[in-house]
Amino acid sequence: MSLDYTTPEFLIERNRDRCIDCKVCVNQCANEAHIYDEEEKRVVSDDIKCVNCHRCVALCPTRALTVRRYPLEYRQNAGWTAHDINSIYRQAASGGILLTGMGTDRNYPIFWDHLLLNASQVTNPSIDPLREPMELKTFLGRKPDSLKIENGRLAEKLPPQLELEVPVMFGAMSFGSVSLNVQKSLARAAAESGTFFNTGEGGLHRDLYRYGGSAIVQVASGRFGVYSEYLNAGAAVEIKIGQGAKPGIGGHLPGEKVGREVSLTRMIPEGSDAISPAPHHDIYSIEDLGQLIYSLKEATNYQKPVSVKIAAVHNVAAIASGIARAGADIITIDGLRGGTGATPLRTRDNVGIPIELALAAVDSRLREEGIRHRVSLVVAGSIRNSADIVKAVALGADAVYIGSAALISLGCHMCQKCYTGKCNWGIATQDPNLVKRLNPDIGAQRATNLLRAWSLEIKELLGGMGINALESLRGNRLMLRGVGLSEKELQILGVKAAGE
Amino acid sequence: MKRVYAREEVCAGCKLCEVHCIVAHSQYPNDIVKAFKKGVLPVSRVIVEEDRPVSFALQCRHCQDAPCTKACITGAMHRDLETGIVINNEERCVGCWTCILACPFGAIKRDESGEKVASKCDLCSAGDGVPACVANCPNDALVFEERE
Repeated sequence: MSLDYTTPEFLIERNRDRCIDCKVCVNQCANEAHIYDEEEKRVVSDDIKCVNCHRCVALCPTRALTVRRYPLEYRQNAGWTAHDINSIYRQAASGGILLTGMGTDRNYPIFWDHLLLNASQVTNPSIDPLREPMELKTFLGRKPDSLKIENGRLAEKLPPQLELEVPVMFGAMSFGSVSLNVQKSLARAAAESGTFFNTGEGGLHRDLYRYGGSAIVQVASGRFGVYSEYLNAGAAVEIKIGQGAKPGIGGHLPGEKVGREVSLTRMIPEGSDAISPAPHHDIYSIEDLGQLIYSLKEATNYQKPVSVKIAAVHNVAAIASGIARAGADIITIDGLRGGTGATPLRTRDNVGIPIELALAAVDSRLREEGIRHRVSLVVAGSIRNSADIVKAVALGADAVYIGSAALISLGCHMCQKCYTGKCNWGIATQDPNLVKRLNPDIGAQRATNLLRAWSLEIKELLGGMGINALESLRGNRLMLRGVGLSEKELQILGVKAAGE
Repeated sequence: MKRVYAREEVCAGCKLCEVHCIVAHSQYPNDIVKAFKKGVLPVSRVIVEEDRPVSFALQCRHCQDAPCTKACITGAMHRDLETGIVINNEERCVGCWTCILACPFGAIKRDESGEKVASKCDLCSAGDGVPACVANCPNDALVFEERE
């Protein structure tokens, strides 16, 4: 075997004064970075295997462990970073595409952090959400061109709507890419909080049919687990065209992850690779998309809204306009920083556009064309906190999806090793040893807590602006001001500069 | 009476229950590091049984009709009439291991760190409230509750 040029990414520091050699770190590391030396009767570590997931750090009963960035430095070079050099070492050894997980970690501008919210002072009263009612209720779906009212009642039936108590839904994460305990946690949290979780493209496990009323069932290019009962089990159907972390490419769930339960849910043979083609082979145009939208509406008796999810790419506004005209009720846009369980590194880090710009462009375009009411806009990809949500709504979103944030609430530490199947937190894995680590009772509670905490914060921010219903903020870009943005960026975002 | 029950489906097999059991029955119940680094280390009274991926923590079931108490030749192993907890009076225990033979769960261990005695779960009766293994399980895989 020739020399492997890769060096450790992380350094495991063990405080010998505190380590009691209890071996908890040993039995918790799926990467085998901690080993018990029988002869020396002590626990030792192998830095090169560490992925910095913090499982050992969090479980160490004496807090004896720390993980740091490996201090080895390359000769300073502004162009060739350690990341560039190590990538080449890895590819020269493997001859393969570099894979990764989660959203991009590159330093692209985060426009949320360049947008500031307004507040009421003197000339308009702010509202105290602890004393006065505040409403976050959101309806997703096509709204009629006009309302016909007879005797004080609606004369015509509204198109099907999703009713959300909080404008936050759990984004598409398939059973296969994540463990069943993740989906159980999120399904229960969604039901508890009056919102929805998305099945992802892996079908709906039979244990989760009882949460069907809180599920958005996805139909993707692989059509895994799609049949009439599945479509009708959900509250809405989502056609997945693309994903922010990997626009333009399909998906690949390796056969090792297709165990009995995944196989039954996806309706594919056990142990077979689940390959989602890059395009839907029956959709090569907006008209084709329209056919699938209406096929799904037909299959669900026109009782469920149909969403179309796309990645934010250069022509997103024109594409969204086409999707609206093709008959979609909801358009979901997943931005550049959106996460995933596995994606080619170069695609994740270089393809797509930031969600903030995509959202502003789509909302503006649909307004200009007078068809904004025909669709609801849901945005995804790097929503990190309640302020991001408030800014998204002010920019024109009806609701947001959270994926990474939801997983972090369940214990994800963003180590980006989802694709290895060795998730030490029992999230992105099908290994029965690891799946057990996520207790769905705890997970459901934590995800519910997160939504509750965020909804309180959203109310606080709305109250400060003197707004008592989220509906009044929707598309109200006057509540935003930009800092540190170019004239062009301000123009695309449709916001004034701070001070203007 | 309240007993400790294992939820096998969420046991991560980390064995923190064993660590905290040792600490709770050591000379330094409030200091993990000292408990392990100083003095005599007691054996854990809870045992994580493993046949991966199955794992769960096992400890004395505190049987209503405990065979160990009947088997005990000195009367050391007894059932506390008030609490219902099966306790070994280590002063009287001679380490004959008859209780170990009698226990249908394999929940009694030999402790030969000092005087040879039978060591078993006492539901942390020295402390108050929740046993250390339950209080420190990171995944709620151990519960302390009353069941029929």
